[in-house]
Amino acid sequence: MIEVKNLVKRYGSNVAVDNLSFKVEKGQIYGFLGPNGAGKSTTMNIITGYIAASDGEVIINGHNIFEEPELAKKSIGYLPEIPPLYVDMTPYEYLKFAAELKKIDKKERDKMIDEVMKLTKITDVSNRLIRNLSKGYKQRVGLAQAILGYPEVIILDEPTVGLDPKQIIEIRDLIKSLSKKHTVILSSHILSEVSAVCDYVMIISKGKLVASDTPKNLSKLMAGSNSLELTVRGDKKKLETILNGIDAIQEFEIHNSIEERAVDITMKIASQSDIREDIFYAMAEAKCPILAMKVSNMSLEDVFLELTGEDKEVKENQIELEKKSFEKMENEEEKEDERSL
Amino acid sequence: MSAVYKRELRAYLTSMTGYIFIAFIMFLVGIYFTAYNLTYGYSHFGYALSSSIFAFLIVVPILTMRLLAEEKRQKTDQILLTAPVKVMDIILGKYFAILTIFSIPVILFCFYPLLLSMFGTVSFSMTYTTILGYFLLGAAYLAVGMFISSLTESQVIAAVLSFGALLVSYMITGLSQFISGTAFTSFICFTILIIILAVIAYVMTKNYAFASGTAAVLEAMTIALYLFKSTLFEGAIAKILNVIDLATKFENFVNGIFDVTGIVYYLSIIVLFIFLSVQSLQKRRWS
Repeated sequence: MIEVKNLVKRYGSNVAVDNLSFKVEKGQIYGFLGPNGAGKSTTMNIITGYIAASDGEVIINGHNIFEEPELAKKSIGYLPEIPPLYVDMTPYEYLKFAAELKKIDKKERDKMIDEVMKLTKITDVSNRLIRNLSKGYKQRVGLAQAILGYPEVIILDEPTVGLDPKQIIEIRDLIKSLSKKHTVILSSHILSEVSAVCDYVMIISKGKLVASDTPKNLSKLMAGSNSLELTVRGDKKKLETILNGIDAIQEFEIHNSIEERAVDITMKIASQSDIREDIFYAMAEAKCPILAMKVSNMSLEDVFLELTGEDKEVKENQIELEKKSFEKMENEEEKEDERSL
Repeated sequence: MSAVYKRELRAYLTSMTGYIFIAFIMFLVGIYFTAYNLTYGYSHFGYALSSSIFAFLIVVPILTMRLLAEEKRQKTDQILLTAPVKVMDIILGKYFAILTIFSIPVILFCFYPLLLSMFGTVSFSMTYTTILGYFLLGAAYLAVGMFISSLTESQVIAAVLSFGALLVSYMITGLSQFISGTAFTSFICFTILIIILAVIAYVMTKNYAFASGTAAVLEAMTIALYLFKSTLFEGAIAKILNVIDLATKFENFVNGIFDVTGIVYYLSIIVLFIFLSVQSLQKRRWS
């Protein structure tokens, strides 16, 4: 379907896309994931032929985008980061223009515009000037333009940015329904979105592809070591000796807990072994009651942070936030925000 | 091409821009028409047209400033450049749209000689030759304006630059008379030109050897030419500067001469600037 080979894009000495290669197969939803400035938009702009690459190849349906741009562009529908809307037109006029631009047959045009407007739910506003539409509707008009003509590949650059939660869900459902007939590539820096919508995730950092797999496999891959979180009442030194006695524990950290005379322990355990019982008995023997125990698999979020090398920064932020939590009880929300970054 | 053409034409006719352009030209030509043809009774409408060509300096930027600059600023060029359309078709669509707007007043002007013929004898061939020349001159100015609009993201900068470029072109014949026409002055001017070229070549290629080498070769050729045939250099600067003066070529048309060189000249200017606009749009993709 789409084949990207050794794609490079340089801006002066700055490398935005660094030797990127991947393949996209038919009928699936692909997610480009990466922090801001990772080169997601640049890659999409190159695939769609908006900007040229410094090096490398992009082949769409057997046509090279640089050598046969018209043929290659025919099978792509693109919604850029900022929807390319002419604000002095109504959505209907705009879609008519887009249909003409995409060389859709005259007879089919009206029918197709009608269908696409229904699909993106913009029929109600089809006769209002785009200038006067809300951000959500503008986004949908842009999406309608991308779907128009039912191209084989639909590329969406951050399709849900700036939408309210209800609209986000609607757009996600729409994207999912599109994958029945089309191949969809979407980019996002929101992890939950990618894991909710995409069949396949490509994580990009600093212009490089650092991982590509299904969301499930990705978290499995990294969860080679599971981790366990404990809150135990007892003395730090005593606990250390107990924990050192259990082989399956790879590493552990002991922090002071919010609870009195207790500590929080996080530990990494070798895969496939369940040592919860061992720990329970060991602690019971030493008369150190376990107040809480929680198993945590690595989420896609952790995978992402690990791969994009931002985990250190975020962890530091989290520690700071935890300190604040003694003063503020409402830190819960902030933490969520910090994580979703 | 037709999609871009229709959209562009619609945009001009649903906003003020197209109407301001048409109204301003009609108004200025109308003033001269009233003065020369109606008050003083000249039968040749061409005089009114030739006196009012300075209006182009103001109205051409009005029409061309947003043409490509605004697309870039609003990022709407993304839908054009990712659609299965050639860049040439996009530029041609846009150019024909402004040409269509410009042809509205020109078509209206075609009725003026008919009006005059009701009161006396009018040389139709002479008048319509002038109108043809007027249309070609305007078309060439519009091509220049379109190219300048493709260089920038800002409408204001595009308008100011277009105005400046057209002004220089309009006044260059007058200005070139101030430059001394002796062979030695021309020689000095060429040398300065070669140095400027070398600097530009160095900035663009960052290759010192290439820039200095080209400059040395060009300078050697100039010196040789100056030593053996210095008569070539007499008045050479003025001649070269006159090439960018679009307006003087219009005078032959006003005098009723169906000037083929003039037509070829205008058409080449139009083709050149359409080509440059395409290149400029392509270049955006690379930088």
